[in-house]
Amino acid sequence: MFKKKECVAMLLAGGQGSRLYALTQKTAKPSVSYGGKYRIIDFPLSNCINSGVDTVGVLTQYRPLLLNEYIGNGLPWDLDRTYGGVQILAPYQGQSGADWYKGTANAIWQNMEFINRYDAKYVLILSGDHIYKMDYAKMLDYHKQTEADCTIAVIDVPIEEASRFGIMSTNDDGSIYKFSEKPKNPDSTKASMGIYIFTKDKLQKYLEEDSLNPASSNDFGKNIIPNMLAAGERMMAYSFEGYWKDVGTIQSLWEANMDLLGANPELSLSEESWRIYSRHTAQPPQYISGDAVVENASITAGCEIYGTVKNSVLGAGVYVGKGAVVEDSVLMNGVSIGDNATVKYAILDENVSIGKKATVGESRACADGIAVVGAGISISDGQKINAGAMISEI
Amino acid sequence: MTAAGLIFSNIHDQGIPEMTRRRTMASIPFGCRYRLIDFALSNMVNSDISTVGVITHYNYQSLMDHIGNGKDWDLARRSGGIKILPPYVTAYENSAAGKLYENRLEALMGSVNFINRCGADYIVLSDCDVIMNIDIGAVIDEHIRSGAYITLVAKKTEVKNSVFDQSAGVLTLDDAGRVTEVAYALPKRGSCYVNTNLMVVSRADLQNIISDSIAHGYKSFSRDIIAKQLKKKPIHAYVFDGFCACISSLENYFSTSMMLLQDNVRRDLFASPDRKIFTKIRNSAPTKYSHEANIKNSMIADGCIIEGTVENSIIFRGVHIGKGTVVKNSILLQDTYVGSGVTLNCVITDKNVVIKDERMLSGYETMPFFIGKGIMV
Repeated sequence: MFKKKECVAMLLAGGQGSRLYALTQKTAKPSVSYGGKYRIIDFPLSNCINSGVDTVGVLTQYRPLLLNEYIGNGLPWDLDRTYGGVQILAPYQGQSGADWYKGTANAIWQNMEFINRYDAKYVLILSGDHIYKMDYAKMLDYHKQTEADCTIAVIDVPIEEASRFGIMSTNDDGSIYKFSEKPKNPDSTKASMGIYIFTKDKLQKYLEEDSLNPASSNDFGKNIIPNMLAAGERMMAYSFEGYWKDVGTIQSLWEANMDLLGANPELSLSEESWRIYSRHTAQPPQYISGDAVVENASITAGCEIYGTVKNSVLGAGVYVGKGAVVEDSVLMNGVSIGDNATVKYAILDENVSIGKKATVGESRACADGIAVVGAGISISDGQKINAGAMISEI
Repeated sequence: MTAAGLIFSNIHDQGIPEMTRRRTMASIPFGCRYRLIDFALSNMVNSDISTVGVITHYNYQSLMDHIGNGKDWDLARRSGGIKILPPYVTAYENSAAGKLYENRLEALMGSVNFINRCGADYIVLSDCDVIMNIDIGAVIDEHIRSGAYITLVAKKTEVKNSVFDQSAGVLTLDDAGRVTEVAYALPKRGSCYVNTNLMVVSRADLQNIISDSIAHGYKSFSRDIIAKQLKKKPIHAYVFDGFCACISSLENYFSTSMMLLQDNVRRDLFASPDRKIFTKIRNSAPTKYSHEANIKNSMIADGCIIEGTVENSIIFRGVHIGKGTVVKNSILLQDTYVGSGVTLNCVITDKNVVIKDERMLSGYETMPFFIGKGIMV
């Protein structure tokens, strides 16, 4: 028997994140590191548990090994439950054949059984692409109060950027009358955050219809939402205020990391009442040596700093050798910087090793892009990696 | 071959009364994010010991809070796992005797059920005042190979500047490593082997020791068992050559903590990927350093916000250090709040201490200035 759950979350974590190039060669986008000790997926998972949503299906597809291992039994997020908890939902083989997830809507459709087991009345659809802290319980309250069939979380974006998003046009009561995906001439600044709450019965109905239409691309934004609007279902926009960032590009991932720095950071992760949980690897405390210079930086467990670190975010177990300089950079878990090496305006993925006296990138003022080095790559002593270079294989 | 662990959480509490007023020796915070028991527990877990009893006496609320269900050490198990063994006082029988155990032997007598039921071939006994990262599996192997009755882990120490207390158990060894004599004072000069009180004994022998002690009214494990038996039965010493320190006073808590700033000490304690030291996870955000931060030779935990100068210090989780503040040679425990323009030198603050702006406080290396839990200065 399964205990009934009012709301079940479905987290779409199958995306490749191809615009992150070197960072997603070996892993799916939701498991890309962020902010030193986190991975992108820690944000929706932590938001779920902090909002009281304790049943989460994680839909994986692209290179799921690291993601599966990372989520494990859900213990770090308190999602190791007897009833509910977190469950990985991979594509599977059915009687009528096996299918990869063909689109976001199709992925949910293939897993309706999971939702129905808990007899959930509402389904929260999330994606593993964004950095934000949000109370889904408030959004669910809004969905119930307005008796909506579908509620879409929206955030105000500058009008000049609106054409990059799915834009909702709303009436005064918050109901949506028009949805346009990446419009050339946007008539609203309310951008969809990719967070939906559906009343289960409606969701099931429209997913089923969609599954029978061979011309459909089985996508929420392209098919399900427009179809529901066209059919006159009650669609509400839920306005969210606060930090929200799509980290789908190298530039935005870098910026989102930098947003953590400074006296009044745009995003604070030290809020006691809304902790972001992550899986730990039992690293010792960080050590800053007598020769080190550390300014405006975020540094975490296991780091050993003998050189200079400025305006940078360091992951767990990062080593910065004597005389080395790290500026305006994001160094993920296990990166090692050799003595007298220079790393400026760069993102170094996990376990990258930079040889002695090597240089990566150029100072931010004159560089024409962020230098990126993919996971596990070693840059030999004295080698030079140009600004804006993208190193995914040697 | 299976082994179970037994940890004494309170023995030696009186050595450091400043920090054990409201906690056990086992739960004294150490090294930015650990509690002393983490070393004993992790050593056992890393040697595949998955049944561990923790003998408590008093003040064990903070210890229970720290251990929880044991999952941070992978000891939340259906079979075995971690068990807290509180003092065994029954409603009727103990009203006349009416007292808690007073020594190691009595503590073992109170834990006889755990020992009888754990089913392991060997029992590893450990105190909580010793800080080391040791492969206990190797100790058990040597115990079996040498055919010893009891194997004690010994550490060779120079008497001058020793990290051990003057009254530590000093072992005299023969060439084969058998203990020939036990004394209870460090010699005047030279070096000696000190008993760390980490020991291995077969469960059957331990059961016999306990029943003998009840029958004969023995009081002291070291005097009545080890010293008495060493002529008749082989008491063996396993000499450990890694870093090993023993917390026996506030002064020595201070100096031992400062040793963590030496590269070789940190390497010995923390660098082995197969023998990590585990502790309770707090999910703090990474530590943030401001533009004005100036950090030299310090060990710092996660969850801190540092806007001032920190030199030769140990900073625990969630500490805030304000602008223009200078912290030197100090140990600031969890959630200490230091305002701006403060100067601290050779100070130990317990948890949740608040130091207001512009205060100047200083102790000395051999007499660190201690500020108790939650005090506002």
